Amino acid sequence: METTIALAGNPNSGKTCLFNELTGARQHVGNYPGVTVEKKEGKYSRDGHTIHIVDLQGTYSLTAYSVEEVVARDFLVNERPGVVIDIVDASNLERNLYLTVQFLEMGIPLAIALNMGDVAQKRGIDIDTKKLSTLLGVPVIPTIARNGKGKDDLMKAATRIVEEDTPRVPLIVSYGDDIDSALLEMGETITTNAFLTERYPARWIALKYLERDEQILSKGREQDPAVSARLEEITARVSEHLRKTLNTYPEVIIADHRFGYINALVKQGVIKIRDNQERLYASDKIDKIVTNRFLGPIIMVGVLMGLYHFTFNYSEIPVGWFEGFFGWLGETASTHLPDGLLRSLIVSGIIDGVGGVLGFVPLIMFMFFGIALLEDSGYLARVAFMLDRVFRTFGLHGSSVMSYIVSGGIAGGCAVPGVMAARTLKSRRERLATLLTAPFMNCGAKLPVFALLIAAFFAEHEAAMMLIITLSSWLGALLVAKLLRSTVIRGESMPFVMELPPYRLPTFRGLAIHTWERTWQYIKKAGTIILGISVILWAMMTFPGLPDSTLQDFEYQRIAARAAVSTEVNREVDRYDETTALSDEAHNLKERLMAIDSREAEAGLRNSVAGRIGIALEGISRWAGFDWRTNIALVGGLAAKEVVVSTLGTAYSLGEVDPEEDRALSEILPGSPGWSPLAALSLIIFTIFYAPCFVTVVMIVRESGSWKWGFFSMVFNTLVAFILAVAIYQIGSLIGV
Amino acid sequence: MEKISMRKMKENQSGVISAIKIGGELGQRIRDMGLVAGTKVTVLGRAPLYDPVALRVRGFTLTLRNNEADHVEVEVE
Repeated sequence: METTIALAGNPNSGKTCLFNELTGARQHVGNYPGVTVEKKEGKYSRDGHTIHIVDLQGTYSLTAYSVEEVVARDFLVNERPGVVIDIVDASNLERNLYLTVQFLEMGIPLAIALNMGDVAQKRGIDIDTKKLSTLLGVPVIPTIARNGKGKDDLMKAATRIVEEDTPRVPLIVSYGDDIDSALLEMGETITTNAFLTERYPARWIALKYLERDEQILSKGREQDPAVSARLEEITARVSEHLRKTLNTYPEVIIADHRFGYINALVKQGVIKIRDNQERLYASDKIDKIVTNRFLGPIIMVGVLMGLYHFTFNYSEIPVGWFEGFFGWLGETASTHLPDGLLRSLIVSGIIDGVGGVLGFVPLIMFMFFGIALLEDSGYLARVAFMLDRVFRTFGLHGSSVMSYIVSGGIAGGCAVPGVMAARTLKSRRERLATLLTAPFMNCGAKLPVFALLIAAFFAEHEAAMMLIITLSSWLGALLVAKLLRSTVIRGESMPFVMELPPYRLPTFRGLAIHTWERTWQYIKKAGTIILGISVILWAMMTFPGLPDSTLQDFEYQRIAARAAVSTEVNREVDRYDETTALSDEAHNLKERLMAIDSREAEAGLRNSVAGRIGIALEGISRWAGFDWRTNIALVGGLAAKEVVVSTLGTAYSLGEVDPEEDRALSEILPGSPGWSPLAALSLIIFTIFYAPCFVTVVMIVRESGSWKWGFFSMVFNTLVAFILAVAIYQIGSLIGV
Repeated sequence: MEKISMRKMKENQSGVISAIKIGGELGQRIRDMGLVAGTKVTVLGRAPLYDPVALRVRGFTLTLRNNEADHVEVEVE
């Protein structure tokens, strides 16, 4: 049977680094069933043996308070890995050993990777590995995960433990007379009744009862309510006694004694401190500047702008290659397939849809590379630290800023990587509120819509309008976040209690693996679902086709146009390949034919399912100042926001409209019935807030772990947008703007 | 020696934790990070808006919101 080894340890202990070193590129990222916690697995081979390695989430403890800790705990008892490698940060020994002691109390076979001994030495801390190993009774192997030093010795020690397979003996820590005697009494009850003992050691179950661990309590009540009740009785008795005598709780005493045990252990010569501990670490010196009251915010703006610039400017070139490729693919398909529904499906449905999604890939890669850089270097934690006060007011977390910025907090981002960036948030409620509101930011695809409307109605106030748009989206996002956090995702915010890890130079390998993992997830998930959705949207805008009589009408118009000029001119138009200039007559004919095509497209769109929805909605959308043409365009915008402009073009019989060059449309709109600066403003606000594009919705579903939130974001956002748009249009009309 | 809440500590001031006066998840999180009675802490600084607070404890840097630091009682010189 293949051996399984689990990697565990505190966050920032170098665990992921070691995992990358051990498994190289042979990794697989999945999810634990039923939760949104990532499961990373890989293979390590040496001397013909292959070992299966699972990288558990970095945790500080093993309580039932966070999903990550419960998942780690469940993995250890259910999958029973042959050995657990506990990565311990040597420069941070006491806090790291707190987790180690908990593993040992569970009786888990352990090998310790004492990581970053070099950093500890620089700080004047010497660690006696032999002593530590003897005192804990487990092998301790010094490693430097950054360059893989010590990894083979570590794996040798680990496999030896698996091979020896000695019986698991849990470590016994003394918790003082009160707790110890309760543990003994509970332990007897647990052992004689074989209460949960097939999974956990008896003393550990007793400890968890005293800590009132939700998960163990509910498991216990399920297995044997009578025994559970007896244990809860003892817990209540001890709690009451402790409250009376010491004014404290069992879990406080337990944590105190666990750290007491660790203090006693390291004082037996494990740690030698060479010089003054009080001196500033290099990280502290950097923090004096980087989180300084005045310089900190300025540097932060600079760094975030830099990330932005890096992502959107440098990804432009590869994005161009992708777009070029899909453009070429579409053209090739157009020329080689016969005119008709199949061609339309393949070109407009599949290639445009999938191309639109895959076109984002370079952008996502750049974005994640930048985020990984900020995250791995330790800067992201500082951003969260500096901005927490602002974001907390709205029920969010300091780390939410990343999602907002990436989504287009500075106009021109993209909500897809923005929603994915919310992953850096550890607390569930804040993460959900962040990823639901991040799509309100102005992504690059909304910009052509704003550009069009501003050019048509507010040409003289371009800068002011962009400022209003940016401020509206921030204000809207924060207020809606507050609304969500006090209604559907109500609840206490997670404790902030966060480590500021020392600044570290990230390894290129780590960054590359990090970036690729997330990019690949995006390609896999979005690529498949989006293909289906693109086809559906295409069908909505294509079917039902125009009735034959109407099609015939347009055909007669074409024949009439052609009959009006000589055969020579007709032939010239047919031969036209954009390289030669046309004669005036031929040019006229071509214009007339294109106008007929455009009118046919408009009639087709109006007759399609999407068009009928647009017309049906006119009764309601009138309140916000939108006619059926705008409605269809907004429906099209569900695929991708830039589609709003091209669909408006079709609806106004302009034929193909390039979203980048919409001059014709911006000239037509001001003169069209139903349009006014007020209607344009209403549409701008609606565009900011209404349902995110489908790719974003798919990502929300992925990141929140449920379709429920995907649907919620579509319905709720559209509702918010509509209310705002109606308010603007109605109030504006009343005061006569 | 006097006992004050951690929120009242000044920059660069050190002290020894005398009690963590909260249970539940927040209390557990604080203790799991090594803030237990008898532990020495030093305030390194505060965020630009004076909240959260950054501490040096057991050789690493920990941040707490002010309303969380309220539950930590520290004995200072």
